[in-house]
Amino acid sequence: MELDAARTDSARLDIVVSGLASDAHTWNLVYLQLVLEEMGHRVTNLGACVPDGMLTSRCGQAAPDLVVISSVNGHGFQDARRVIGPLRARLASTPVVIGGKLGVDGAGGREEVLLAAGFDAVFEDGDAIPAFRRYVDRLAAGVRS
Amino acid sequence: MTGGSFGEFVARAAAAGELVVQPRMGVAGPARMRAGLAAVRGAGVRAAGTITVDSFTRVGDHRAVRKALDTGAELNGYPIAAHPPETTRAVLDGLREPDFPVQVRHGSACPQKIVAALLAAGLDATEGGPLSYCLPYSRVPVAESVRAWAESCLLLSDARERGARPHLESFGGCMMGQLCPPSLLVAISVLEGLFFRQHGVDSMSLSYAQQTDADQDAEAVAALRTLAAEHLSDVDWHVVLYTYMGVFPRTPHGATALLERSAELAVRTGAERLIVKTTAEAHRIPTVAENVAALVTAAAAAARARPGGEVEDTGVLAEARALVEAVLDLAPDVGIALVRAVERGYLDVPYCLHQDNAGRTRAFVDGDGRLQWSRTGALPLPAGRAVPAADHTADELLRSLTHVERTFDRG
Repeated sequence: MELDAARTDSARLDIVVSGLASDAHTWNLVYLQLVLEEMGHRVTNLGACVPDGMLTSRCGQAAPDLVVISSVNGHGFQDARRVIGPLRARLASTPVVIGGKLGVDGAGGREEVLLAAGFDAVFEDGDAIPAFRRYVDRLAAGVRS
Repeated sequence: MTGGSFGEFVARAAAAGELVVQPRMGVAGPARMRAGLAAVRGAGVRAAGTITVDSFTRVGDHRAVRKALDTGAELNGYPIAAHPPETTRAVLDGLREPDFPVQVRHGSACPQKIVAALLAAGLDATEGGPLSYCLPYSRVPVAESVRAWAESCLLLSDARERGARPHLESFGGCMMGQLCPPSLLVAISVLEGLFFRQHGVDSMSLSYAQQTDADQDAEAVAALRTLAAEHLSDVDWHVVLYTYMGVFPRTPHGATALLERSAELAVRTGAERLIVKTTAEAHRIPTVAENVAALVTAAAAAARARPGGEVEDTGVLAEARALVEAVLDLAPDVGIALVRAVERGYLDVPYCLHQDNAGRTRAFVDGDGRLQWSRTGALPLPAGRAVPAADHTADELLRSLTHVERTFDRG
């Protein structure tokens, strides 16, 4: 967008945004795409109900600077732990982050499990979006330097 | 076990001045599914029953259903294609009668197996449509969904040979749940109805989901009735209204008020059936008791409401008519017309990420709380129908998405 036209190409991240296999929600994905585009990044939005194999192969082909997974149907915790292994096999060092409403209850402890499983960051709290923006900004700064 | 006809049941209720209320409800186990249906039937209101199918069955992953049933893992609905027909018949036995029809709800772009299973179990009412269950939820190409729905309509209409009168509801009035302007919802409902009729279905319902403004919604349902009367005069049809499908109020008072406004809207506009939402909507899948409470609340609000009243004309009918006519002009076959319409962006659902959707339209909630186009892309609309939005930022989108939630939680 115009505001970020000044962002140099080297600081512009190529980002894949995706839902998970069992989640049909798309408004979260539309919103995240807008957030990232406003920050000056390029987004490939894979949409909702993305089968594990498609997520892995599309990310492998795109070779993005960042993969952003969002899930809000409460099954994200299960789906994410299943797909991160194959995803890591294709994208060993690419940052992969996840956010949304990941479990069916408010119970904690999911972040540790997901980080241990191979995610680089988990955004599940009330201030998830500001924290996510800061994370992406730091990443973009790192790419530029 | 006698079924009667879903359409006739709704028509009888309408003639008696009663709104039919209906929940969404689906659990994996036959005994619990039966208990849920029994609770709805016993709610003391004019209700239709619902069997909602699980999401593995919806996407055609029948192996995952089998595995879940074998291992006891949770399913989020009733796996109708995995249970033997006798099991589903036993679930319905003594419950499904002419005064309590049961509709199967599924969300599938390719529902042939689901339709075959519901017919095998003696059921004959279901819902969806080649666009409404393809664009928002699936990764299936529109052309493939059109073929699948043509086959499904034929399966349903063949059941007339055994004396049933199958009923099919278009989900077209609910595209994306929110932020789809009324004229496009009305047009897709009517077009899917025409598609159903072409493939032999002669009893149907056309849907419309409550949006952000009661007067705009009343105008939209009136437009839907006008176009249905013009295009579908030779089949049985009724209008089914949906309580708001977007981001839902989190407070019990906000959720209840929104449900009551939808029941009032149904009565005001002459909609014959209402699909309700519960106070648990913003938080989790509702319990049977929460569903029954919502049915009772909606029926009570409907009984207090008055039909008729002023309906303004801000152009919803003209827009919907322009869309329907432009699409029908694309081909004599409705299915081919739908495929071409999506290709050309004549039907272009705002914010829909499906690979076949043109994605050039945008909509927003304006300062008066009305849903407006901000970009109309290639939609064949009368000129000047788009209102310039403040901007297309993420914050602006979030504001539009949460407008109803904030209004009702505050109220």
